[in-house]
Amino acid sequence: MAKVITKDLNLWYSGFHALKSVNSAFEANKITAIIGPSGCGKSTLLRVFNRMNDLIEGVRTTGKVLIDDADIIDSKIDLVTLRKKVGMVFQRPNPFALSIYENIVFGERIHTDRPTCDKLDKIAEESLRSVLLWDELKDKLRKPALGLSLEQKQRLCIARLIAVKPDILLMDEPCSALDPLGTGRIEELMRELKNKYTIIIVTHNMQQAARVSDETGFMLLGELIEFGKTDDIFTKPKDKRTEDYITGRYG
Amino acid sequence: MERHFDEELKELHKEILTMGVLAQEAIYKSIEALKNRNKNQAREVIDRDDKIDALELVVDEHCIDLIARRQPMAGDLRFITTGMKINAELERIADLAVDIAQRVLELVDKPLLKPLVDIPKLSEIAQNMVRDSIDAFVKRDVSLAKKVVLSDEEADNLRNLVQEELINDYMAKDLATAPRAVPLLLIARHLERICDHTTNIAEDVIYMVEGKVVKHHPEELK
Repeated sequence: MAKVITKDLNLWYSGFHALKSVNSAFEANKITAIIGPSGCGKSTLLRVFNRMNDLIEGVRTTGKVLIDDADIIDSKIDLVTLRKKVGMVFQRPNPFALSIYENIVFGERIHTDRPTCDKLDKIAEESLRSVLLWDELKDKLRKPALGLSLEQKQRLCIARLIAVKPDILLMDEPCSALDPLGTGRIEELMRELKNKYTIIIVTHNMQQAARVSDETGFMLLGELIEFGKTDDIFTKPKDKRTEDYITGRYG
Repeated sequence: MERHFDEELKELHKEILTMGVLAQEAIYKSIEALKNRNKNQAREVIDRDDKIDALELVVDEHCIDLIARRQPMAGDLRFITTGMKINAELERIADLAVDIAQRVLELVDKPLLKPLVDIPKLSEIAQNMVRDSIDAFVKRDVSLAKKVVLSDEEADNLRNLVQEELINDYMAKDLATAPRAVPLLLIARHLERICDHTTNIAEDVIYMVEGKVVKHHPEELK
């Protein structure tokens, strides 16, 4: 079932047409990868899903973006609720300069009036368990998050998202700062998480898209050129532009 | 944009083509040995098989190496994986030519049971199918590949004809003809198996070019 649907989605950064009539459907409990060369609009598309582009001056959007049938482009939508539902992980992990524990419960403290300690402890444990960090960090919860390894920081950022119980995880090059082992472990984590969440990942690493995703979309110059099962896109793409890009002929 | 990878793929293409030429030669010579009742020609086919076996290993290693180093995708991936399969088919075709040559050695010292009519016809079909399947690979020609697949029925029919004739007209009437009839029957069988391998190659070519699986789906050929 499609969790996120875009209908004739267009986006302009002032005069620059960054997304051109994008029609797509992102399935629930699947990992969908968006690939394409730099500047093709893939990160812009990702940022549409939690309205992060609103922070940029001169942005104009037309068309529809439905999440659970509600149009999130609607100006009346509550952005706090939307961003709680649609969380985002960035290229470089960005934990707050707080303890590991406070990073995870940060969202709960904002969204809830006077949460109990028991509730916060429970959220911290559940969230760390779901990113497979609990056993490593359970005795260091009061230590600063900035002292963790890059991979642990990225896991912590994912735990921080999970703590506010989102439906959708957006990942913008989540492994680009990690070594191959760290990358492999984050990919394993993504496979675990997809049972509960809809995951959309933007990646430059085509092997990663091929390894981890169920579906793949290829974007070029603001257009969604091809969208389909990852197995098909990487073995028998229909569009020559997709073939040229994934075989390294694009230039 | 020309890639260095394209040079490596061309090299692989050339190696597979060489395998094809060697396999074609092996069949041709095994049939010539039969027609000429020539032991030397038959032995030459058997001796030269080592060269084909060695090249098969080279091509296999080359394909694995390209997959490991280049992590190919899409058309590149289909070309390399298909190349590996075609390589194996060609090696089997050459082995069947060796089988034919061995049957020729069994027959050479005995008087011919009957004039050879259908076996040369079958061998011509087999050789055409080998040639066309390799051409289809080289030229990425899907319609030629389809022609190869559809020719297989003719080969099957001819093999059945040879088999029925040898069994009903000779062995059933006089069991003493068996030592001369059985090798001929096996040669027809080997030729028909060669045709089967060429249809596999042709089906692989269709997958390589169009990404379409026609193997075990004859309706996809239409």
